[in-house]
Amino acid sequence: MNDSQSRLPAAANPWDVHREPRGSYLWTYVILGSLLALFVWSYRGSEVHLGHLFSQEGVGQILIYIRRLFPPDLSHGVLADAAMGAMETFAMSFLGTLMAIVIALLLVFFASRNLVFSGLLYEMEETSRWRRSIRMLPYLCAKGILNFLRTVPEMVWALIFVFLVGLGPFPGVLALGVHTGGVLGKLFGEVLDDVDPQPIESLQSTGASRIQILFYGILPQVLPQFISYILYRWEVNIRVAAVLGFVGAGGLGQRIHIAISLFLENQLLTLLMVLYVLVTAVDYLSAYLRRRMI
Amino acid sequence: MLDIGKRRFALFPYLFGLFFFITLLDSWQRAEVNLLFFFERQGREHLWRFVSGMFPPDLSWDFLSLMFRPALETIQISVIGTLIAVLIGFPLGLLATSTLVFRGILNEAEVEGSVTRWSLRFLLYFLARAVLSLFRCIPEFVWAFMFVRAVGLGPFPGVLAIGVAYGGMLGKVYSEIFESVNTAPLEALQSTGANKLQIFIYGWFPQVLPNIVSYTLYRWECAVRTSAILGFVGAGGLGQQIEISMRMFNFHEVTTLLGMLFLMVAAVDYISNKVRGLL
Repeated sequence: MNDSQSRLPAAANPWDVHREPRGSYLWTYVILGSLLALFVWSYRGSEVHLGHLFSQEGVGQILIYIRRLFPPDLSHGVLADAAMGAMETFAMSFLGTLMAIVIALLLVFFASRNLVFSGLLYEMEETSRWRRSIRMLPYLCAKGILNFLRTVPEMVWALIFVFLVGLGPFPGVLALGVHTGGVLGKLFGEVLDDVDPQPIESLQSTGASRIQILFYGILPQVLPQFISYILYRWEVNIRVAAVLGFVGAGGLGQRIHIAISLFLENQLLTLLMVLYVLVTAVDYLSAYLRRRMI
Repeated sequence: MLDIGKRRFALFPYLFGLFFFITLLDSWQRAEVNLLFFFERQGREHLWRFVSGMFPPDLSWDFLSLMFRPALETIQISVIGTLIAVLIGFPLGLLATSTLVFRGILNEAEVEGSVTRWSLRFLLYFLARAVLSLFRCIPEFVWAFMFVRAVGLGPFPGVLAIGVAYGGMLGKVYSEIFESVNTAPLEALQSTGANKLQIFIYGWFPQVLPNIVSYTLYRWECAVRTSAILGFVGAGGLGQQIEISMRMFNFHEVTTLLGMLFLMVAAVDYISNKVRGLL
């Protein structure tokens, strides 16, 4: 009796329930320790001289640079050139996104598992093995291509296309289109995989063909999300298009690159302001279209 | 009165179509698009030269051992860059959160009735937002190139560029996370007489931590991709090597470097998913 009473409070202590097992503490220490090691290793490797940056000399240099940015050069020629650059950047992002849509739509229907070889649409079919693998072939190819397009960054694509087609905005369009095509293909594919099967089933029960099911059962479901993703990528692309010029693909980036290289700080500020206006305008436009279309 | 079948005339689709078409035509001209370029002789030749040059990839030990260092450098830049971004983004994000600075239950006792206090705090909030927005609106590439000019070539300008640009992005998202905090636990703590710091540590911090860690990890993944290409403007890492190989027309080296980049990005994604799973 006495024994059980002395044991009782410990077992009834409500806080014991909340105590975590010891193992997770160990894990925390291991993670924190390795994080610290990672930071030290990286700090050494990346040749950071924060002390130098925040020394009197470093801060002074930064202040001088900032002072030289003002006032922005608002002369007519510079403004007109900046406007031309902004329009070129806009054109690149616009056409690049369109091209990405075309690439993504061409590939995504092959890259969606339940459109090509499995799931509801194919469950009635006799399952001969080689037939299935023939259907899987385009699926694997499409997936592979999309992955490849997505993995190579836009800037690297731009560098490649500048070599292939020469300087100017056209390689920028191609770079944006190819990379974003891979990204949109993946996003579209995820949407297609999440399609609600009920409308498809009911269409199938009325005897609709696969193409009819695609147009009347699947596309209406996925279109709003497709549009939403397209607009999102467009917002990303306008930012990328603004720097593609650094590797020779025209637009605002090229002018910014020149302005920094030649120490034309006043012009640089003008260009950055134009860039800000452009990006903000595209964000608003995209938000407006999203409201109207979805 | 029923008017089924009578639809209101919608102007929007027509206007949208018109503007879309005009923009398309104008952009087409402006971007000097040449659809058939790759079917022309010059385009075909360039394409062939590039694709045939890419294979076989350069897997000789000399080259791989030389590239090992830049690949690690890319990771290091991304880690320290993200760390600096957190150091910039966290305090500015705190100041850019209206519910912490001048609004809501944490402040109502102090701010109420005092216009000067309120406006001082609002000014702080506004300044933090402005700085974050400035950091964010200039692309990483522009930051990187400006820092290359300021502190010279090497990985350091890359670190600074990622730190500043990502600091702006992190600060904004942090402040959004902070504002979405559930205020009920804070109020409960306040009613027990906890002071501000205690409320902050016990009521507020546990709520925001998982989201913050998860978003920071996501940004780190982005930082790896970014630091790999910041080298194009001279900020170290793999990007510099990719650019050099491209300019020297050593396309078989480009293939190798892209393969390394792919492996690195995949590894980082894997690690960050693992850590996220532990949260």
